[in-house]
Amino acid sequence: MQEELFTSGRNIPHIDPSLEIWHWPISVYLFLGGLAAGLLFFAGIVTVLGKDKEYPAAVKFASIVSPIALTLGLLALFYDLTHKLYFWRLYTTIRIESPMSWGAWVLLIITPISFLWVISYYSELFPKWKLNFKFFDDFENFLKKQRKNMAIALIPLSIILGVYTGILLSAFNARPLWNNAILGPLFLTSGLSTGAATIILLAKSKKERHLFSKIDLALIVLELGLIVHMLMGMYAGSEVQLEAMQLLVGGEFTLMFFGFVIILGLIIPAILELTEIIGYKVPVAIPAILILIGGLVFRFVMVEAGQITRYLY
Amino acid sequence: MRYAMVIDTLKCVGCSDCVVACQTENDVPVGYCRDWITETVNGAYPSIELELKSERCNHCDNAPCVRCCPTGASHQLDNGIVLVTGDECIGCGACIESCPYDARYQHPDGYVDKCTFCHHRLEKGQLPACVSVCPTKCMYFGDLDNPNSEVSQLLKNRKYKTLAPEAGTKPQVYYLI
Repeated sequence: MQEELFTSGRNIPHIDPSLEIWHWPISVYLFLGGLAAGLLFFAGIVTVLGKDKEYPAAVKFASIVSPIALTLGLLALFYDLTHKLYFWRLYTTIRIESPMSWGAWVLLIITPISFLWVISYYSELFPKWKLNFKFFDDFENFLKKQRKNMAIALIPLSIILGVYTGILLSAFNARPLWNNAILGPLFLTSGLSTGAATIILLAKSKKERHLFSKIDLALIVLELGLIVHMLMGMYAGSEVQLEAMQLLVGGEFTLMFFGFVIILGLIIPAILELTEIIGYKVPVAIPAILILIGGLVFRFVMVEAGQITRYLY
Repeated sequence: MRYAMVIDTLKCVGCSDCVVACQTENDVPVGYCRDWITETVNGAYPSIELELKSERCNHCDNAPCVRCCPTGASHQLDNGIVLVTGDECIGCGACIESCPYDARYQHPDGYVDKCTFCHHRLEKGQLPACVSVCPTKCMYFGDLDNPNSEVSQLLKNRKYKTLAPEAGTKPQVYYLI
């Protein structure tokens, strides 16, 4: 039997025995970024299709969530930087090869648009808090006319934002769990699904709730398929990927991954949504909140498990 | 000009002199290190084999840390040395995640720090601190573009390996075996 014993005279804080460089703020940001991407995508697409009067939760009520999510997400990202006062260096250059540079610039564009979007609905959203400034009313009217243009810009930007949350991780070849091309589409699908869940939570009409339940169901099926693909890809991969997969299947993250992400976060909400669409009485808040929790736990599992995986030599 | 390091694992005794020399020369904070010693025992009794070696940043030709840096703080010089400019680094940690050798760390002051191949000593015509102190003279440093340099000759005449070549980084620290 071949045995191998490896010892290193090294014990650097946050590096050994396994990386602890990205902490909870990164997981929280990946979740909030995906959520905002989902919400802005649906707001954009409903507006472009001219259905904004029929689906007010998608374009109006849920859109309050996206600037809040983006602001909190950006604060979380900033909190996890260790050389904080130099963060402006991100905006002195564009580096095509660095996913984080792409993400920083997309966030710089999409965050103001998400605020402008809410301002364009200000008088409808907050009829009691009327601001009696003429320039504000003029600004709101101007934005109201630009809504369609903003929607056209939001669709590609939100897709880039959603994919970016996955690509950020998958670009690291040194972390075998992250290094698979399916992570981008998987995080985008998960982000769209959490966005749809938020719209279901805030929708007042049965028609809107059912439409987004159906969209969410399709996204959940897609997401489960992508997860199976991810695991199969790693199962057929090199030894480092096999070891990475075993963290999720049979290793220390099995309960979190299968229990909270797949069963409680995807399968049970899908069954509940389906029963609701068929006509049984199910409080829609339950599947919606389960999906949101599942999405958050998924980000935590991927960020923490990924940092354990590495090349062995 | 392509700087590279060659380390003879058959001569290394794992004394950690290189580690201490580096910490002293580069003012590395206490508890951190830019180079380190690994001991690998291979095989099953009675035929076992011990390998000792000094590891550090591999100054890769295809450096993932340089590629993923969002600000350009991580950069590569024409002579192949990978450096970090402290006051361009935002401390996002992307380069640390991208390194298959875990050769980088976050300096207590916030920026990311790593082996520089003692760039400041090379400019003065001196060898890197770790190479200059090695008591068994198991470390060699030089220019791979020059076919007559000591490192080129060693790689021509001896068997060698690099660490995790499957990661595709084209590492430039070679180990004689």
